[in-house]
Amino acid sequence: MSASADSYYLPHGTPWSIFGSLGLFGFMLGAGLWIDGLNSVGPLVMGLGVLTLILTQFGWFGTVIRESESGVYNQQVDRTFRWAMVFFIFSEVMFFGAFFGTLFYARLFVVPWLGGASNMFFTHALLYPHYRALWPTNGPAHVGGTFSAMPPWGIPAINTLILLSSAVTVTLAHWALKAGHRRKVIAGLVATIALGVSFLLMQAHEYYHAYTHLNLTLHSGIYGATFFILTGFHGLHVTIGVIMLTVILIRVLRGHFTPEHHFAFEAASWYWHFVDIVWLGLFIFVYWL
Amino acid sequence: MSQSIALSHDAHPASRGLMRWIKTTNHKDIGTLYLLFSLIMFFVGGAMAMVIRAELYEPGLQFVNPGFYNQLVTLHGLIMVFGAVMPAFVGLANWMVPLMIGAPDMALPRLNNWSFWILPFAFTLLLLTLFLPGGGPEGGWTLYVPYSMELGYSFPFLIFAIHLMGISSVLGGINIIVTILNMRAPGMTLMKMPLFIWAWLITAYLLVAVMPVLAGGVTMQLFDHFFGTHFFSAAGGGSPLLWENVFWFFGHPEVYIMILPAFGIISEVVPTFSHKPLFGRTTMIYALASIAFLSFIVWGHHMFTSGMPVSADLFFMFSTMLIAVPTGVKIFNWVATMWKGALTFETPMLFAVAFIILFTVGGFSGVMLSLVPADFQYHNSYFVVAHIHYVLVTGAVFAIMAGVYYWLPKWTGHMYSEFWGKVHFWISVISVNVLYFPMHFLGLAGMPRRVPDYAVQFTNLNMISSIGGFVFGAAQLIFVAIIFTTIYGGKKAEARVWEGAHGLEWTVPSPAPYHTFSSPPEVAG
Ligand code: HEM
Ligand SMILES: [Cu+2]
Repeated sequence: MSASADSYYLPHGTPWSIFGSLGLFGFMLGAGLWIDGLNSVGPLVMGLGVLTLILTQFGWFGTVIRESESGVYNQQVDRTFRWAMVFFIFSEVMFFGAFFGTLFYARLFVVPWLGGASNMFFTHALLYPHYRALWPTNGPAHVGGTFSAMPPWGIPAINTLILLSSAVTVTLAHWALKAGHRRKVIAGLVATIALGVSFLLMQAHEYYHAYTHLNLTLHSGIYGATFFILTGFHGLHVTIGVIMLTVILIRVLRGHFTPEHHFAFEAASWYWHFVDIVWLGLFIFVYWL
Repeated sequence: MSQSIALSHDAHPASRGLMRWIKTTNHKDIGTLYLLFSLIMFFVGGAMAMVIRAELYEPGLQFVNPGFYNQLVTLHGLIMVFGAVMPAFVGLANWMVPLMIGAPDMALPRLNNWSFWILPFAFTLLLLTLFLPGGGPEGGWTLYVPYSMELGYSFPFLIFAIHLMGISSVLGGINIIVTILNMRAPGMTLMKMPLFIWAWLITAYLLVAVMPVLAGGVTMQLFDHFFGTHFFSAAGGGSPLLWENVFWFFGHPEVYIMILPAFGIISEVVPTFSHKPLFGRTTMIYALASIAFLSFIVWGHHMFTSGMPVSADLFFMFSTMLIAVPTGVKIFNWVATMWKGALTFETPMLFAVAFIILFTVGGFSGVMLSLVPADFQYHNSYFVVAHIHYVLVTGAVFAIMAGVYYWLPKWTGHMYSEFWGKVHFWISVISVNVLYFPMHFLGLAGMPRRVPDYAVQFTNLNMISSIGGFVFGAAQLIFVAIIFTTIYGGKKAEARVWEGAHGLEWTVPSPAPYHTFSSPPEVAG
């Protein structure tokens, strides 16, 4: 086994990825069966899949952490992780890009066209003569009934402040780590996680409010659809970020990481900044403009 | 170039039997898995194509009903794109990238294993749909709404299968990028990298950029179908055209994902058998990069007839025609490489030459399709089917075959039978033209694509095409026979299999040992 620090560390086989595949397979097979109406088997298979996935993560990342702590990863391995994280985040950016693109396309083209803009005069005149192309909209058929849009200057503005301050706290934690002040690292991480969790609680409240008071639901036409898919997937990514930071916190408490060698920490903080920037996009384009 | 090669001593897989293949983190094992998987999928998708051609042999409904016919067309497309062509290229990348850049393995070996092992599950999910009530997906590989969403039980499985394929491709793409950026032997600067490596670097970037967009798109279909959103319905302020935009924003780069690695292979094979260095190496790299860049701004050429504003039609027409420029550069450079070379025509070279000629035919029909007024006539006709099969079968698939014959001796340590290789080539190249060339005329005469039945005046050309199809399909059995006889025996191959071949992969013995370049080779200027 190549364990010296001057050669690139290569594992000799891995048991984890097949479980990862089985987990994904179970998850998706179960989810498919479930939404197809098999309400007993579906959730069971899906649950087993998710469980397998979680256990796989423990096993896989556990192995990597052990290897990292035992010092078999050299500089080159470190660069590999950095590049991989950069391109992983890039792929996530493109994933959100699909939904932002949808929002822009709907607002700049689809809705004006339904209102008769460009060469769509007859579409409007013959199909939807009463439709006025204004945003927010639930379309010519008023699907989902009358609703109100989510105002930006309530919870969303507070959430913006929360996420922006969490970017500061995670950076403070990083500086502390580089300076070797473990207590401050812990404080910074705990603050970041707390801010992340409060963001999620606020968002849960916002969704509740949308459904109960604003009649803003998934059924609320293109506004509701883009609103929930963008904020929903963002919330999911905040959740993932919180989990990452929690793992990092546990590792700090166990005495992992040195001022020079702590890429896992940086990866989690890169991810957190990415989630933060996506939120700024959301705040501007979904809530505000 | 001077290299020193060090081979590792623990030159064996860690496990035996089936577990070896399930647990392996070795790039050669994983490359083999990808290639075998691709071969199997090539035959599964090919079997569907045989049924399609049998049905189209005569007008009227003979063997299958229209619904099942649509399922066959849909699955054929999805399987060939995601199951056959892409995994074949990833398999070649797995085998060859570390060997060509002097790396001990891929940068992230565990992830590499996972990227592969997601695929069999993805296609299980996809093929499972055939056994559900209502059968498999019917909306075509482009998954156009609303047809695609009106399926029965198969719909969520289709979406999830695509998610799985996407995860596999993104992870594989990340791995290839990182390997190329971070694992090159000292002295192998970016501009010194072999063209195959350059092609894959850019392809992998495209993969990471566009697969997530497809994932987002199919997720929106899932939401429309099950959770009451209105992304794709005008009643709720959405638009079915949104799907076309999302799909083709992914789809056009996707077709380049399926052709850039082919360009890379051809750029390796042609110089070897011309006994000359590649003509215009640097321009080849710039051409690749500009094709990749342009591929992001041409997607509207698939939507000329969808009712887009004229300004959009015009923009996409001109940007599309622009792509013909770097593509032309590549073709001229391959021809210039052969010009006054000492040409020899072993099987890989035969496939490469056929690629250059026939891919150009596909490029020409592409340029015809890129003209908006002409496309109004050709769109949704068999002309498009002819175009895509010239670029994908005589393009991508022929390049894969060239690559397989070229590197098979390196992988197995045996020479394949040149005689049978040539038999395979000549039967394939003749039958493939009998199969696809008449489709141009069918399309121009007005036969629509994706139909199980047609007007009688199209009968003769369809019969010719079907006969070509059956012969082409049968010829691929020769290919399989050649591969397996070469794995298990044949003349011993030398380290430098082809006398005109240069590059690090030819400095290691044939078959390449289980571990290569455990300490990096020196690449001199
Ligand atoms: C000079 C280069 C090319 C040009 C100008 C071009 C142009 C076009 C145009 C305009 C269409 C739309 C036809 C229609 O539906 O009306 C089309 C379709 C298509 N092209 Fe190309 N193309 C080129 C190269 C390629 C390459 C290299 C590939 C793949 C390796 C490819 C694969 C496809 C596919 C798969 C479709 C059909 C998609 C579908 O509707 O199912 N093309 N091409
Ligand atoms: Cu295209």
